[in-house]
Amino acid sequence: MGVRGPRKAAAVLLGSSFGEINMNGLIRYLSHLYQTIVHSSNIFAPASAPAHDIFRLSMFVLAITMCIFLIVSGLLLYVLIRFRQRVDDNGREPAQVYGSNQIELSWTVIPVLIVMVLFLATVRVILEIEHTREPVNALNVIVVGHQFWWEFRYPQYGIVTANELHVPVSDGSKNPTPTYLTLLAADVNHSFWVPRLAGKTDLIANRVNTMWIQPEAAGLYLGQCAEYCGLQHAHMLLRVYAQSPADFQQWVEQQQQKAVQDPSVAEGRAVFERNACINCHTIAGTVATGHFGPDLTHLMSRETIASGVVPNTRDILRHWIENPDSLKPGALMPAMKLGDHDLDAVTAYLLTLR
Amino acid sequence: MADSLPISGTLDLTRAPAPKRLALEVVHDWITTVDHKKIGLMYIASSLVFLAVGGFEALLMRIQLSVSNEKFLSPQTFNEMFTMHGTTMIFFVAMPMLFGFANYLVPLMIGARDMAFPRLNAFSFWIALFGGLLLYFSFLGGNGLYGDGGAPLVGWFAYAPLTARTFTKGNSTDYWALGVLLSGIGTIGTALNLVTTTLCMRCKGMKLTRMPLLVWLILITAGMIFVAIPPLSAAQIMLLIDRYVGGHFFDTQAGGSAIIWMHFFWIFGHPEVYILVLPAFGFANEIIPVFSRKPIFGYQAMVAATVAIGFVSLSVWAHHMFTVGLGADADTFFVLSTMIIGIPTGIKIFNWLATMWGGKLRFTVPMLFCVAFLFQFLIAGLTGIMMAVAPFDWQLHDSYFVVAHFHYVIVGGILFCLFAAFYFWFPKMTGRMMSDTLGKWHFWLFVAGFHLTFDFMHVPGILGMPRRVYTYEAGRGWDIWNLVVTIGAFVQLIAIVVFVVNLIRSLSSGDPAGNDPWDAWTLEWATTSPPPVYNFATEPIVRSRRPLWDLKHPEDPDWKYE
Repeated sequence: MGVRGPRKAAAVLLGSSFGEINMNGLIRYLSHLYQTIVHSSNIFAPASAPAHDIFRLSMFVLAITMCIFLIVSGLLLYVLIRFRQRVDDNGREPAQVYGSNQIELSWTVIPVLIVMVLFLATVRVILEIEHTREPVNALNVIVVGHQFWWEFRYPQYGIVTANELHVPVSDGSKNPTPTYLTLLAADVNHSFWVPRLAGKTDLIANRVNTMWIQPEAAGLYLGQCAEYCGLQHAHMLLRVYAQSPADFQQWVEQQQQKAVQDPSVAEGRAVFERNACINCHTIAGTVATGHFGPDLTHLMSRETIASGVVPNTRDILRHWIENPDSLKPGALMPAMKLGDHDLDAVTAYLLTLR
Repeated sequence: MADSLPISGTLDLTRAPAPKRLALEVVHDWITTVDHKKIGLMYIASSLVFLAVGGFEALLMRIQLSVSNEKFLSPQTFNEMFTMHGTTMIFFVAMPMLFGFANYLVPLMIGARDMAFPRLNAFSFWIALFGGLLLYFSFLGGNGLYGDGGAPLVGWFAYAPLTARTFTKGNSTDYWALGVLLSGIGTIGTALNLVTTTLCMRCKGMKLTRMPLLVWLILITAGMIFVAIPPLSAAQIMLLIDRYVGGHFFDTQAGGSAIIWMHFFWIFGHPEVYILVLPAFGFANEIIPVFSRKPIFGYQAMVAATVAIGFVSLSVWAHHMFTVGLGADADTFFVLSTMIIGIPTGIKIFNWLATMWGGKLRFTVPMLFCVAFLFQFLIAGLTGIMMAVAPFDWQLHDSYFVVAHFHYVIVGGILFCLFAAFYFWFPKMTGRMMSDTLGKWHFWLFVAGFHLTFDFMHVPGILGMPRRVYTYEAGRGWDIWNLVVTIGAFVQLIAIVVFVVNLIRSLSSGDPAGNDPWDAWTLEWATTSPPPVYNFATEPIVRSRRPLWDLKHPEDPDWKYE
């Protein structure tokens, strides 16, 4: 196959014509790959104080382990070459050396010293992250992990939302505004992991854990559940929107409103209220006060549904209500077996919940 | 047949060879045998079958993960695959394979006739095998008498409360608990046998400090089994009590504790991985000296390091729980204990290097596997040190970095040593050499596939990919790495096929091996290949750690220097 095989594969990969590589396409692909790697959820691209602490420590650890690796594997390579049995070997056994206490001592003492250094560096960062005092103007969010979605409650503002966490950016200097998360689990264990913002902390059933993040730049940070929690563990995605204080305030005020009451979708609202939807979902200001599923009061302020899995558009939303399993097989929302007419009506209603 | 063995009286020449037997007689013999050698071979053979099954499960997962948003496997099937793959590989491949070798070699290496409790030995094997069959029956009967099949899908560590009946329907979890519980009984029986045999049945002159290092490591492993397996068995019984008899140990909805399950599991789970790795170190301790033509460097230090590992390994378990929120004090303690255990482990690597230093290295197939083991175990240990640093672990835990790390240890470390052991002792067990050519193809293909898969597997972990996900989103930068990992898995498949072909062909048409094809020094090479059922007709008498060296070099015996 020679050189043509790899070229063909690359051409297929880049979608260009058979037998030809598009250099521009290759550059674009590699650039996209680089951007994704740097900006997606790379633990080595910290964007928040605890993530920075971890990053610095991990670089220190990597430096030490890299040195150890180079020295020991270098020695191994040397031994393999220098002491291999030659073709013209004289057939006699080499000197039978049983050991040496001094050598044993030296290569015990050096690892002990390395361990001491690593240990002290580690303890310092553990305390830096776990023993900080919560500042007065920290934002408090209660995170409740469900199978397979995230509930976010802001007790300071009286807001409840789901799956997309909005937090203010902290300029970190004299007046940091971190977000302290209280982690609870409604059913089984979960884990909150947004790599660029912090290390992960588990949500353990029947236990309260806490962690904090302090994003330094506005943007969207991706993460997902990191403790196997059942069928759709893979689709319990996290989207953290760090916003400027002004934008965040605006978002808070919008979330604090009661649900929009648009009379043109009264039929859809009636469909919602006479079906079992109200048993699982809450829409503030209506009879829907269920807590098993996400709060839908401001559903249309979210970019995604099904915990980050699909975009929040009319068609997808309708598809989700019709049959959640088709988008997220194993999600705990049942198909409500609505007819087409009711489905259109209730979707139109939900679309008004900005 | 003249007795050409170095120790006279090893063979009983007074009896005529037995007449040929019917096939049914042979089968009956194997099913009812209490001979440690046959039991060892049955352990190894059954573990190879489970290796094929567990490997198949891995390949299915890798196909599903090779590209984003793939739909080759349903989430249910994928979750069953990773649970069964982990459970199978740990309990029904690695442990039986290592115990098979231990069963075969320990009595031979100490000059004993058999194990101390031959019938317990047979019972341990059959109950462990039954546990494996029970686990796999779940594919058919996992949802009860009238339900459909369902294998366990709670992960190999079966965290509570996911294992409660509320959260996982059907009986699949019970098959997990019972299958593993039964194999645990077999494990404890084997450990009892190994400790008693080693302490009470060594031949004349073989003080504890003259035993081969493999026997030392297996002795310490057996001691660890007594301490590590009962917590798991207890936890599984408590889980069954929760599920059926109204207990609430782990029932968080009734005030039970999910954390307590984790403590029970990992107090077993961490020593378990040392239980797996110490016999593998033992193989390296026997093979590397022979192909360096030197004794092991620092015998006493190696014993001391192993004892240290045995003790310290019982104190590190909560490094699997750094993200659970135990608090800074607890985290700090486990950081320290985990780092400390790196010290004796590192010392072992240095001793192996020192054994090779100044020697005359022969790169036979067993030695090739041992050299690769050294390189790969070094890397595995270093990624382990990275995760001992708790804040770093807060990023790496439950990601593909951890999956890469532990496969580096278990495949790159333990399995490579097992392959070395196969090529090294196959001649003793069967009287035939394995093919050198096929062995080298096996080695190089497996090294290539192993590194393609497990080197690159670290990258998705760094990029934020958690483990146990049946699929992943596009645009996270994970696709290309997962594809490379999958390709490596298929290269490993080819290597394993070459290995199995080698095994089968060599059984019938390998070169005759003779008693001592490698010019080695421990007692198993002083008897025929394969050994007679009684191992040694008269008890050997030894004066040093390398009795055959003393016999081959009467002008320069070890006992003058030890």
